[in-house]
Amino acid sequence: MLATYPGAVASPDVDSPVIDTTARAGQTPDLPQPYLELGLADDEYQRIRDILGRRPTEAELAMYSVMWSEHCSYKSSKRHLAYFGKTTTAEMKAKMLAGIGENAGVVDVGDGWAVTFKVESHNHPSYVEPYQGAATGVGGIVRDILAMGARPLAVADPLRFGPADAPDTRRVLPGVVAGIAGYGNCLGLPNIGGEVVFDESYAGNPLVNALCVGAMRKEDLHLAHASGTGNKIILFGARTGLDGIGGVSVLASDTFSGDETSGGRKKLPSVQVGDPFTEKVLIECCLELFDKRLVVGIQDLGGAGLSCATSELAAAGDGGMRVELDRVPLRASGMTPAEILSSESQERMCAVVAPSDVDEFMKVCAKWDVIATEIGEVTDGDHLVITWHGETVVDVPPRTVAHQGPVYDRPFARPAAQDAVQADTPDALPRPSTPDELRDTLLRLVSSPNLASKEWVTQQYDRYVRGNTVLAQPSDSGVIRIDESTGRGVAVATDCNSRFVYLDPYRGTQLALAEAYRNVATSGAMPLAVTNCLNFGSPKDPGVMWQFERAVHGLADGCAELGVPVTGGNVSFYNQTGDTAILPTPVVGVLGVLDDVRRRIPTGIGAEAGETLLLLGETRDEFGGSAWAHVIHGHLGGLPPEVDLARERLLAEILVAGSRDGMISAAHDLSDGGLAQALVEMALVGQCGARVLLDPDADPFVQLFSESAGRVLVAVPRTEELRFTEMCSARGLPWRKTGVVDPDANALDIQDVASFGLEELHTAWEGTLPALFES
Amino acid sequence: MSPRIGVITFPGTLDDVDAARAVSYSDAEPVSLWHADADLKGVDAVIVPGGFSYGDYLRCGAIARFAPVMGSVVEAARGGLPVLGICNGFQILCEAGLLPGALVRNEKLHFVCRDQWLRVENNTTAWSTRYDAGAEVLIPLKSGEGGYVADQATLDALEGEGRVVFRYVGGNPNGSRNDIAGICSADGRVVGLMPHPEHAIDALTGPSDDGLGVFYSALDALKPLATAG
Repeated sequence: MLATYPGAVASPDVDSPVIDTTARAGQTPDLPQPYLELGLADDEYQRIRDILGRRPTEAELAMYSVMWSEHCSYKSSKRHLAYFGKTTTAEMKAKMLAGIGENAGVVDVGDGWAVTFKVESHNHPSYVEPYQGAATGVGGIVRDILAMGARPLAVADPLRFGPADAPDTRRVLPGVVAGIAGYGNCLGLPNIGGEVVFDESYAGNPLVNALCVGAMRKEDLHLAHASGTGNKIILFGARTGLDGIGGVSVLASDTFSGDETSGGRKKLPSVQVGDPFTEKVLIECCLELFDKRLVVGIQDLGGAGLSCATSELAAAGDGGMRVELDRVPLRASGMTPAEILSSESQERMCAVVAPSDVDEFMKVCAKWDVIATEIGEVTDGDHLVITWHGETVVDVPPRTVAHQGPVYDRPFARPAAQDAVQADTPDALPRPSTPDELRDTLLRLVSSPNLASKEWVTQQYDRYVRGNTVLAQPSDSGVIRIDESTGRGVAVATDCNSRFVYLDPYRGTQLALAEAYRNVATSGAMPLAVTNCLNFGSPKDPGVMWQFERAVHGLADGCAELGVPVTGGNVSFYNQTGDTAILPTPVVGVLGVLDDVRRRIPTGIGAEAGETLLLLGETRDEFGGSAWAHVIHGHLGGLPPEVDLARERLLAEILVAGSRDGMISAAHDLSDGGLAQALVEMALVGQCGARVLLDPDADPFVQLFSESAGRVLVAVPRTEELRFTEMCSARGLPWRKTGVVDPDANALDIQDVASFGLEELHTAWEGTLPALFES
Repeated sequence: MSPRIGVITFPGTLDDVDAARAVSYSDAEPVSLWHADADLKGVDAVIVPGGFSYGDYLRCGAIARFAPVMGSVVEAARGGLPVLGICNGFQILCEAGLLPGALVRNEKLHFVCRDQWLRVENNTTAWSTRYDAGAEVLIPLKSGEGGYVADQATLDALEGEGRVVFRYVGGNPNGSRNDIAGICSADGRVVGLMPHPEHAIDALTGPSDDGLGVFYSALDALKPLATAG
């Protein structure tokens, strides 16, 4: 047995390879098959044989192997993800129009509008080939949103890299950013947010997560299913090629060198190559098809390509499906059925169309120069049957492929070292106390790569296209208008401080949720729904599985307490090098709604004459996992800050009420770097000075740099100060007058500590990333 | 009747909705024009908007100039029809020969999206009369291939004839020769610029509303035609 892949049949003549039909499979039950190389375990392979009552054909084996991969089947996480369903209350369900299991969750945002959003990982491809990996990550998530019937409105990218000064980060980061820019900008979607975080643990395992948000009228929701016997299956978009084969299940290095056993034909890299122009045209084509109501069901082709699209469409419908694979338009010659089914060529969609609408469907595609091909139809059976020039190469119950993959109950256990990590508190670390030391600490933190301005990254992204972007980076959340006539819009924020999650996965994940929730409210939006992208190490490591289990429980319990549903998510395992996993990184995305985006709260101070700075919430001595401990001492230990979700909910209600009544002129959440960082950013974004008065009875270091949760710094016009503070007091939210905005000062003056010229702060904050990455 | 201003959509055009919105904000009527249709639908002016027509494959604007609609635009422009090219539209007008020079890759080789100050150098063109000469305006710039280049003789001619309409101030963002952000044809009816005035029509969604002047200017340019016609 020489072939390492079902497509790579050991035949010297690639033009007439032996086609492994179901009949041949029945005749050659003992033919050895390369299931191990495809990532299937012995018992998984045996299960496929049991389901089919024979050995699978090469094409079937390709389908099962990709669909039963961790990426597609969630086999290690499924058992834990069920906890989201168990903790979803009726109050939370009431806001959801579609939830987990669909391409993306959908929520009702009022006035007949539905909004859909989702984050997905493209971590491993982006390490192998940063530009294309990141680019196709954007393309994939945008098609997920499109497949719900929504117009994609905006994207955002939570990113994690190794140390900012590491040589490999200089390779990966510029490529990833250029890929996101190259694809997203050409697609015409504004990039409104995201994160850029550096940590040693991501060296060799960068995280490239991509978020997309889209909107539609409620009645236009499209779900992926193939119903109605006789309805046609139409594949449209790009041609299918050899790129991205095996991307989901075996991103193996040997696919780069070509496979000498496959008749000398070189395989293409398993990272797909994106064509954003084709995707842009495909988006407009799909939206016109939706508008003309020519689509019964639709599914994007992403990971696992046609294997996934056909089996998921058929599994979600009420019948079977027949597909003639030889009708698929190809861009390479001699492709085998298994290769066509597994190809992850980008920019393709699969639609179910009523026979009477096919002509009109084809006309719309022709107008946009989109290739569209009828490849099959819905049948009244219960099997997915795929033929190749008249011979059957796949004959399977589609649910066994799409939904009945293996489920693992992987062992999980709190790592023995966790106690020592938590006992290693930052309490004994030397703290700055003199004005000079405090001044130096502030500047070192502001210019550290994680706290420095990310403009070098975000200025490569188009944030203006389509003219509905109300807030984008460096705001607390991205805000996008969805209805020009009413001003209704949504805010999106993603967050995760993985140092907190490492110290305590349950609390740390709740802190990520609290921060994203708070960021949305800080922009004036009422938080409504949650999505996530759970990035972890190997599920075969019981310690990693424990982190994962704790994170899921923390997130689900937190959402129940906040009354916001988890509408969808994504899991990325195996983010580790050798035995060393990344810091657990459950990125949490929160979506909020603004009745009128003109009420959004900006970050910069100085927009109104005479503003008072008020610090909402309580500051405690909390430095476990803080930026200060990390930047100044290289320390990670102790416990993360406490989390109080009832307080977060109250804080959000007050921020939203304050924005509706025009009482808040600027606001910024306190997180990494604490009050000092928030002050610097509000001053620099607003290009306006301020005078700050710390509490003389409390430690200035703790006041400036603690990372206690549940805090927001707001600027209120002096005329609104009394009304606003009375509202806070009446509702039991602690507040403290922290200073005044001073447009004439051109400096941030922290009295009795230090004064910083805005120019000095600007240099410290803006200079770091260009110095590291400008070639 | 309000003036009718055409906005062209090529495959890959992105900022057509924004250009149409800006036209509406200036009390004119936007009319969609399709790349494959040579019919200009009797519009009074044409905007070639930004984006990545045909994916910018081959070279920015190189394929779009051959679209049927562009043949009509070139012919009408030679007869005095006001034409505005924004970003990719500027690149297309250069490729189509309506404006001299070309746009090349940004000096630092990556895409730049930023709020950019411009100085209005010529306020007598069809698209700039609403500005005071020398006025400084804040307009978003977002492009990867925005560096304006031309041979020295062309640059000298543009400068000598006052055909530089907008110039970057406060730092050259892309390596453009002479800090050129926008130029016009000899008759001042055709203007091309890299920054996006259609993204500066409302302080809610842009850095300012300084861009509106471009669209209002077109209304002034159309008045003589309307009375003569």
